[in-house]
Formats: sequence, structure tokens, C-alpha cells
Amino acid sequence: MSAADATATPTRRPFTGRRVRFGDVLLQLVAGAAALGATVLVGLIVWKLVDGSRLALSKYGLGFVTHVAWNPVAGHEVYGAGSFLFGTIVTSFFALLIATPVAIGIALFLTELAPRTIRAPVTALVETLAAVPSVLVGLWGILVLGPVLRADVEPWLHSALGWIPLFGPPSSSGASVFTAIVVLAIMILPIVSSISRELFLGVPPELKEGALALGTTRWEMVRGVVLTYSRGGVAAALILGLGRAMGEAIAVTQVIGGGVFIHWNLFSTGDTLGSKIASSYQGASTQLQAASLIYLGLVLLVLSLVANIAAQVIVRRVARKHGVTRGGHA
Amino acid sequence: MIEPAVRVETRRQPMPPRERLEPIFQVEALDAIYGAKPAIKGVSMDIYKNLVTAIIGPSGCGKSTYIRCFNRMNDLIPSFRQTGTIRYHGQDICASNIDPVAVRRNIGMVFQRPNPFPKSIYDNVAWGCRVLGMKDDLDERVERALTQAALWDEVKDRLKASGLSLSGGQQQRLCIARAIAVEPDVVLMDEPASALDPIATQAIEQLMLDLKSEYTFVIVTHNMQQAARVADMTAFFSISRGDEGERFGELIEYDATAKIFTAPSDRRTEDYVTGRFG
Amino acid sequence: MSAHGLSGPRVRLDRLPRRRRVNTSMEALAWLAAAIGVGILGVMVWSIASKGWSALNLDLLTKPPIPFSLTNAPQGLSNAFAGTLVIVALATAMALPVGILVAVYLNEFAPPSIRSSVGLVIDVLAGVPAIVVGIFVFVLLVVGSGQSAIKGAFALAILMLPFVARTTMEVLALVPNSLREASLGLGVAHWRTTLSIVLPRAAGGIVTGTVLAVARVAGETAPLLFTSSIAGTQTSWNPTHALQTIPVAIFELSESPDPKDHARAWAAGFILLLFILLASLTARWLSARRTRI
Repeated sequence: MSAADATATPTRRPFTGRRVRFGDVLLQLVAGAAALGATVLVGLIVWKLVDGSRLALSKYGLGFVTHVAWNPVAGHEVYGAGSFLFGTIVTSFFALLIATPVAIGIALFLTELAPRTIRAPVTALVETLAAVPSVLVGLWGILVLGPVLRADVEPWLHSALGWIPLFGPPSSSGASVFTAIVVLAIMILPIVSSISRELFLGVPPELKEGALALGTTRWEMVRGVVLTYSRGGVAAALILGLGRAMGEAIAVTQVIGGGVFIHWNLFSTGDTLGSKIASSYQGASTQLQAASLIYLGLVLLVLSLVANIAAQVIVRRVARKHGVTRGGHA
Repeated sequence: MIEPAVRVETRRQPMPPRERLEPIFQVEALDAIYGAKPAIKGVSMDIYKNLVTAIIGPSGCGKSTYIRCFNRMNDLIPSFRQTGTIRYHGQDICASNIDPVAVRRNIGMVFQRPNPFPKSIYDNVAWGCRVLGMKDDLDERVERALTQAALWDEVKDRLKASGLSLSGGQQQRLCIARAIAVEPDVVLMDEPASALDPIATQAIEQLMLDLKSEYTFVIVTHNMQQAARVADMTAFFSISRGDEGERFGELIEYDATAKIFTAPSDRRTEDYVTGRFG
Repeated sequence: MSAHGLSGPRVRLDRLPRRRRVNTSMEALAWLAAAIGVGILGVMVWSIASKGWSALNLDLLTKPPIPFSLTNAPQGLSNAFAGTLVIVALATAMALPVGILVAVYLNEFAPPSIRSSVGLVIDVLAGVPAIVVGIFVFVLLVVGSGQSAIKGAFALAILMLPFVARTTMEVLALVPNSLREASLGLGVAHWRTTLSIVLPRAAGGIVTGTVLAVARVAGETAPLLFTSSIAGTQTSWNPTHALQTIPVAIFELSESPDPKDHARAWAAGFILLLFILLASLTARWLSARRTRI
């Protein structure tokens, strides 16, 4: 059993024993190494971020996560993730809140209502929204959307709902947490919508017919059968959307304005974990600042890993459940 | 009299005399077309209240299409067109100003393969009631429907269990319970027992006999013995050829079951029930 | 004759009119949602296209930017275009073979338990935010030794890898088992079967997946901020230096208060968007052509 056997062609090949082909072993090794590398990569990312933030980790510990401060001025240096964590949570949560009904509405439209001829084009258009790179969404956001929001939407919201602390005085330049929320909502819309669409398409037609045959309206059927059946999958889609919103740094940086504080006013500027990191790319002045920035990245990584793993687990559980429930035994 | 291929042995009561029968559906010149292909042509018949009416015939003769005209389920298929009328209590339910949702409220359907909702047994029955506004005494309604569907004793201790955890025959009875819980006039059955074993089939047939005093049943079946066992009236459909050679389904003969199976008027009926074809 | 047209015994006139109103409102809302979705895309693409088109000129591709530009001298983003080409090409060269190998291993060799757990890890990797990947490569490679296009390409490759692996796995799974069995039945070794029979059959799908991955990664900014952003203004093709890229250039220009900078950002954005849309369309057309055969 040598390497030569695999490539040579002997005139008589005995059938005894199993030949271990060199080619098989090599391919399996190389391919296996690639798979191993990919698996290890996630762990490596976590490890390297912990490593890079060591200085800040040892100095601040876990308190960093909730501490609201960020001062790089020499002599008064102090860092904390608090305001950025707040920003990430607020922007992602509200973006999901806005995007979800629209995304599900689009998915229902495409699966139940759209005339056959416009189904495919509209689906393609919504998916194209996902192809627009974040830097362009951000560019549009700060140069086009922001001024419109500042001039028209924010003053109106402030005058109509100003008694809610969320809708305080409008921003001065269009750069605000509110603009970031709208931008994020636009960015996660296609993901939630296309996953929901596939889920709704997967509802067995006989279930829908059974409901309609009882004399329910289309909406009642959707609410009672389609949405119930896809419940788990839609939850996973929402969590994936949330994770995407939390991780988006570029478009948010371009429109959010910056700031280290916790305001309830959505029209003020602010920062998220991602946007703080992105806006500091030109360099940190001290080791501690650099380590603190990396610490911010670590917090963001943990958040998105939790969201991502939760979503993947739900997806797999739903797939198992729906694969099994096909009628019963005789 | 012919020697039927099928022995007409049944537990059903004899039908009341013709004069006392009350029509609940009056079908006139019904044609149904999918796109360019005709499915059935020129069907005219009356279906009578509180009877079990069976639709029999070879596969492809349009039986399913026909029964789905009665509750406007064919509306769900985009290429479907129909002409002619079906009068229900005197009104043409095929007319465009009639809301299919209202029609389906009164004319329920049980499908070939059991399709219970992914909800609990209780909710499978109760959901329709809730949505359609029959919210009072829900527990009582559910129990009555399940009892009428001969399922109550088997599930009364596990109403919260998923409807999908039942066997095939139980699931189909659950679907029947779901349909009768909303108190329709008519229950349409599209080959309800074809996916079930003989014991489950017998349970469903007995159900129809027991309940026909309250509901009207129209059942499509490819099983002649089944029609002979449960139906009061039987309609025989077959495939005919048109002038251009196109095939479509047509009503050949419609009469009391006993007559169809022992003394059919049409040669084609006789061929079918004696097993010479189909 | 009542509103819904039915009357007679046992016909309920219950809340049907109200239920029908609810149904109609819900349908209207769904139409509205679709209009919003399409409308937003339309507005965004229109802005980029119209502003980009009017600012488009050849200088963009041929002239480098002039730092601290208080002049009206013609300038462009030639360095960014060159840099993007270099970095995306390098990233593809890194991610493609590894992605294919991972897919081959998982689909052809791995037992189901490994396939599902490694598959899970790959899906999780796909969800790591781009900016975190950027910081990761920064800590791993840049600290102490400086930025370079290669390191930027490495960061992009990490983003591409899960995508290429997943799409290749799906394409491999589509190759009918009968083909593999035919080859193995002849006595051909497993590795030979995979390389000579299975992969060529899947090649079309792999190409499509790669095109889509390139389209996705061409617009990525965050991973490059820490790995290849502090670059010279002269056009360079040297991968060992940090090179400017289009997304990073747009990012920087968007932060500037100068409207001339904005104009260049729109123009570059227009070209970038055009490239991405063309690539996606090509991929879609390619896969449609394959399934039609």
C-alpha cells in the first residue's frame, strides 16, 4: 500500500484488503484542514479580541460595559462602553420595530396578494435593496434623507408628540439617532422580508384551503394559519435582522453624528458600538484607548454572536419540527 | 334487473318518497373550464336536503371540480371559469355578486387528505367558531362537534394535545368536527376516506348516516361500494368526447342509489357499476 | 337580498361586513408595505444615479485625489479604483479555494454530525459584523507591522468565506448521487471522482456564487478601515502597501463638508452600485440559464 499504487496501473490487482488511496487521504486532509480552519476562525476572532483589549479588560473589568464615559484627553483618560451600548440597543430595537411590519407586509403581499405578473419583479426589487452597500446607504442617508428628516419629519413629530421624551427638539443637521434608526430599518428590511417570504411560501396549501373552506376571509386565514405556522421562523428572521442592525457600523457612523451621553431624545446625535469604532479608525492616541476600542468590538461581537446563535438554533429547530409533522400513521 | 357487481348492503334507512324531498341545490347547465380545457359540461341536477348524495365515476371525469363548485373553492385557481347556475335556497351562488366567504360559511368541506391545523385538538375545532363569531359556550360547541364526529371519547382527555398527534382516521374525524362546528347546512366531502384504512372508513360512513338528519352530505367517491353503502341518491359522471375531440366530464345518470346499482337506465352507467370499465 | 347576497334559513348575517372591512384594510396595508419597499429602493437608486451621473467624468478614473484640496484642479479617485481591483482580486483568490475545499469536505467526506455542527459554525461566522472582522485582522496582523492591501484582502476574504462555502455546498448537494455512484462503480477513487466529476458539474453554480460574493464584498468598508485605509494618494498597484479603496474613499468623502467632495462621492458610488447591480444580474442570469438546460 504505497503512494505509487494509486497512480500505477498494475496488470493484476488482487481484491484482498482495502487500499487506502493516497489521493483520498490527501484531499480529505487538505479539505478537512480548511473546514477546521473555518471552524477555528470564530474562536480565533474571540480570542484575538480578548487579547487586544487586555489592557482595558484588566483596568476596567466588566464595569466598562455599563460605564458612560469616553475621554481620551491625556491626564483625564477614562473609557466606558455604556453610552455606546445604549446607542446600539436603542437604534437596533427601534429599527426592528419599524422594519418588521413593513417586511412582513411585503412578504404577505408577495405570497398572497400580488398578481402573478408583478410577483417576480417586486421580489427582485426588494432583494436588490439588500445589495446596496452600507456606505452608499449612509451617503444617501446623510446627504438626502437626513436633511429631509430634519426639515420636515422631526419638527412635525416634535410638535405632535413632543410630550414623549423620545421626540425632543429636532436635530440641527440631519445627523441624529433618528436618522440612524431609519437607515438601519431600510437595511434590515430586505433580510426579514425575504426570509419571511420563503417561510410563508412553505405553508402547506391544504392547511390554507382548510381554513378558507370554513368561510374565513383571507386575512383571517393568514392570521390563523400562515402566521401561526411560520411563527418560529419569523422569530428567527427578526433576531437575524436585529443582529444585522447591531453590527452595522458604516452607515450608522455616517448619519449619527457622534457623542458620549445617554439622551432619550431620538433627534439628538449619538453613537453606537459600531459607529464609535468606525469613527476612530484613524488611530488611537494611547494604548489604553486602543485597548478600549477593541473592548468595544468585543462587546459588539458577544452581542451579535448571541443573536446569531439564537437565530440559527431556532431555524434548525423549526426545520426539524416541520419536517416531521406530515400527517400521522394509519 | 342486472346482477350488480356490488352487493347493495346498507344500514341506511329507506329514502322518503320523492314528493317529500326538498331540493337544497338546483344545478342548471353548469360548465366548468380550466383555461382552455373543459372539465365538466352541461350538468343539471337537484340535490336534496338531509340526504347523502354520492358522486361517482372514473378518474378524470371532473367529480372533484364539480363538488368544489358548490363552495366556490375553484375560485382559488386563477384559470378557472364556470357558466350556468347553482341555486342554493333559490339564489345563484355562482353569481359574481355573491361573496364566496359567505357561501363557505354555510357549505363546508372535508378534503381528501386530512389537513388539521397545527393547533391543539380543542383549538382546531374552536378556531373556526371564534373567527366566525360563535364565541358563546365554546366548550359546549367543541364537545358537541367532537361527539357528532365520533371522536369525543377518544380525545376528551387530551384536548390540548396537537391535532397532528392523532392517527389518520382520527385526524379526518377532527376535520369533520371542525367543519360541523360552525354549523353549516351542507357538508361536501371530497373522497374523505380514500387515505384511510377500512376501520376508519367505516367510522366516517356511519357518521354520515347518523348526522344526515341535521346536515346534507354530498360525497365524491371512487369507491362504488361506499356509494352503495351510504348514499341515498347517486350521480354517475363519465368522460365524453366533444366535437373537436376534447374530453370533458358529463352527468350521465342521477337517481336513487338502489336504482343506479340494480336497474340503471343508461348503458354507460351499467357498464361502470358492473365493473366492465372504470 | 342582503349585502352579501345570501339569505334563507341558517344563514348567519353575523359580523361578516365588519370582517370583510378588516380584510380589505389589511390587504391595503400589505399593498402599502410593498409600495414603501419598492419606493425606498427607487428613491435611493434614483438619488445615487442622478447625482452620480451628473458628477461623472473621466477624471474620476484617471486622476488621483489632491490632498487638502483648496484648488479647483481636476482630481479623481484613480487610486481608489486601482486599490479596489487589487484588494477584491486578492480576497477572491484567498476565499475561493478555501471556501470550495470546506464545501467539498463537508458535502463529500464529513459524517452528518460534523456537517451540521461545522455548518452551524459557518453560519455563525457569516453573522460576525464586518467591523469586528476588521478589528480582528487589525489585532492579528496590523498591530506592530502596519496596514497593507493584502491584510485588507484577508479581512474581506473572511467575509466572503462563509458565503462561498454555503453556496458551493448547496451546488454540490444538487449534483445527483447517481453520477458519483457511476464513477465509483467504475473503480475510480473517491478523490478523483470529486475533482473530475463532481466539481466540474458544480462549476457553474460555484461561478455564480463567486460573482455574488464579489458583488457583496466590493462595497464593504468596515473591514478595510483598519487594514488598508491610510494610503497614499498616488495610484499604486503594490499589494504590500495600504491601498485606497472605493468604499473607504466614499466614506471619507461623505464626512467632508465640501460639496465637490460629495460630488465625487456620488459619482464613485454610482459606479460602485452599477458594478454591483450588473454583477448580481449576471449571476442571476447565469443561474437561470443553467437551470433551463
